[in-house]
Amino acid sequence: MANAAIAAGAAGRPIKYRSMSRDRQWAMRWSYFFLVLFVIFFLTPPLYMFITSLKSSGEISAAKNPWWVYAPTLSNYTELLGQNQYLVFFRNSALVSVCVVIVTMVISVTAAFALARMKFWGSATLATGVFLTYLIPDSLLFIPLFKMFAFVRDTTGIELMNHWWTLIIIYPTLSVPFATWIMIGYFASIPKELDEAALIDGATWMQTLTRIFIPVAMPGIIAATIFSFTVSWAQFLYPLAFTTSTDQLVLPVGIVTTLIKGDVFNWGQIMTGALLGAAPPLIIYAFLMDYYIAGLTAGATKG
Amino acid sequence: MADIAAPNATVLAAGSRSGLHKLMQRKSTIAFLMALPLILLIAILVAYPAGYAVYLAMLNKSMSKFVGFGTFEFILKRQAFWDVVYQSCLFAISAVIFKAIIGFVVAHFVHNIPAKGQRKWRGMLLVPWVIPPAMSTLAWLWLFDPSYSAFNWIFAHFGISAVPWLGEAGWARFAVILVNIWAGAPFFMIMYLAALKSVPEQLHEAAAIDGATWWQKIWYVNLPMMRNIIAITALFSLIVTFANFDIVRVLTNGGPLTATQIFATWAFKVGIESGDIPQGAAVSLFMAPILAIAAAFILRNISKRGSEV
Repeated sequence: MANAAIAAGAAGRPIKYRSMSRDRQWAMRWSYFFLVLFVIFFLTPPLYMFITSLKSSGEISAAKNPWWVYAPTLSNYTELLGQNQYLVFFRNSALVSVCVVIVTMVISVTAAFALARMKFWGSATLATGVFLTYLIPDSLLFIPLFKMFAFVRDTTGIELMNHWWTLIIIYPTLSVPFATWIMIGYFASIPKELDEAALIDGATWMQTLTRIFIPVAMPGIIAATIFSFTVSWAQFLYPLAFTTSTDQLVLPVGIVTTLIKGDVFNWGQIMTGALLGAAPPLIIYAFLMDYYIAGLTAGATKG
Repeated sequence: MADIAAPNATVLAAGSRSGLHKLMQRKSTIAFLMALPLILLIAILVAYPAGYAVYLAMLNKSMSKFVGFGTFEFILKRQAFWDVVYQSCLFAISAVIFKAIIGFVVAHFVHNIPAKGQRKWRGMLLVPWVIPPAMSTLAWLWLFDPSYSAFNWIFAHFGISAVPWLGEAGWARFAVILVNIWAGAPFFMIMYLAALKSVPEQLHEAAAIDGATWWQKIWYVNLPMMRNIIAITALFSLIVTFANFDIVRVLTNGGPLTATQIFATWAFKVGIESGDIPQGAAVSLFMAPILAIAAAFILRNISKRGSEV
């Protein structure tokens, strides 16, 4: 469209056209130049992770160029993946994240439908409350939760501390508010006529949700799913506070607490572990970039 | 569709007012039940703990006696607390300002290049935001390593003496801010890019015809059009950066001494590691007023946007 406009202007005033296009070309060249600089800045740490992961400990401690791999080896990968402990971290992380995604989607989709379409007493307040909940950080809640778990143990005998499944109970507090917020936005954008037609045809509210809203709002659901997964995969504070035994740890905490032993840093393995731990979100991002971006930015663009 | 549905609705309403009333009642009951899991989750695991934190903060160290605001008074007298306040504000404000500037600039660069290449560049620029912060901070920790720092290796080639990245208060603070900027700037970039795409092209054309320079176009066209998104993103990031735990915990763990200790890490140290739960709760509660102010501004902005649309 912009090109058409310029071309139209060019017919009348050729000189203006030329200077504009030259301006644009220079702007483009400078943009590429600075984009390269910023990409270098943004990609240096992950790239350095990868470089280090291919080195043996001997090469890491040698005083050679740290930015180059002289003798690439996969020993860090084989050692780490052959080690039961790391696989346990990975399994814990995967189980927690998948369960949290399921819980989150069930809670947030039904609640978002009720809030977006079936107004009830206090529903507007609740929608605002959901958004406010999203703004309450984990660092404000971990101490009272810590004490609440002790209270639950003393009264009911159920031990919530130091179990990976406890995380399935508390992670939804981080994922549900935002997922609900995304879904309210998507549901609100569906034309009213659609559910009116369904209701007139005799569909129940549940049927309207499952047969019409969920299929139509599929992009939103995928975005919310990815968001919940990323949040549970990356969460660091809760598992650090609530789990301690090595067989109950999830990936981020497992890498930070077990691979760093006192002052001995096995950097090759730490970088390998961190890179493999970052892989699932990166792979999802590579394949579903648009949904990923839609999910994590919806909070500020919608509403 | 609406024309057909509307008469039906009026017929229904006129025909059986009591039946409709009952339906409405049933509808709100179903709606409430559907929202109930959400309400319970927020009530039990967010609202209750938040209130419980206030109660906990008013107990003495062994949690056997109610001491009112005694713990708060005690914390206010500690120099360590004021260091934490200073560092938290310093990190959050400086990081958010730089994130916003970098995000704004990079969004313009991406917007300037041909549309078909934008996806690729955007994809690369967003990588820091996708890697879990605890993991990417480990990479920074390794880059800042006292004896093997890869940055210092480059500096050595230019004759610059080794920088004590995490060993000296000033440098450690700089390192924390740098990692925060690195992890957060891509989010700003993507938000500003979306806002930039929504600025109508006609405005730029009109500005160009009036002889505006590129700088004037950014300052008088783009910036006012993006004002709302800029404000919401910055406030939002302010909350996240202010309450951040992962980066400082992994990078410096508050050190050297307490030079990079912030609210979240100090609350963790006092409350969980030293076992003084009331004091830990009190420390984290000091975050609440600042978070509340930012949240109030965000809500005001969002409702303002709602009424504009």
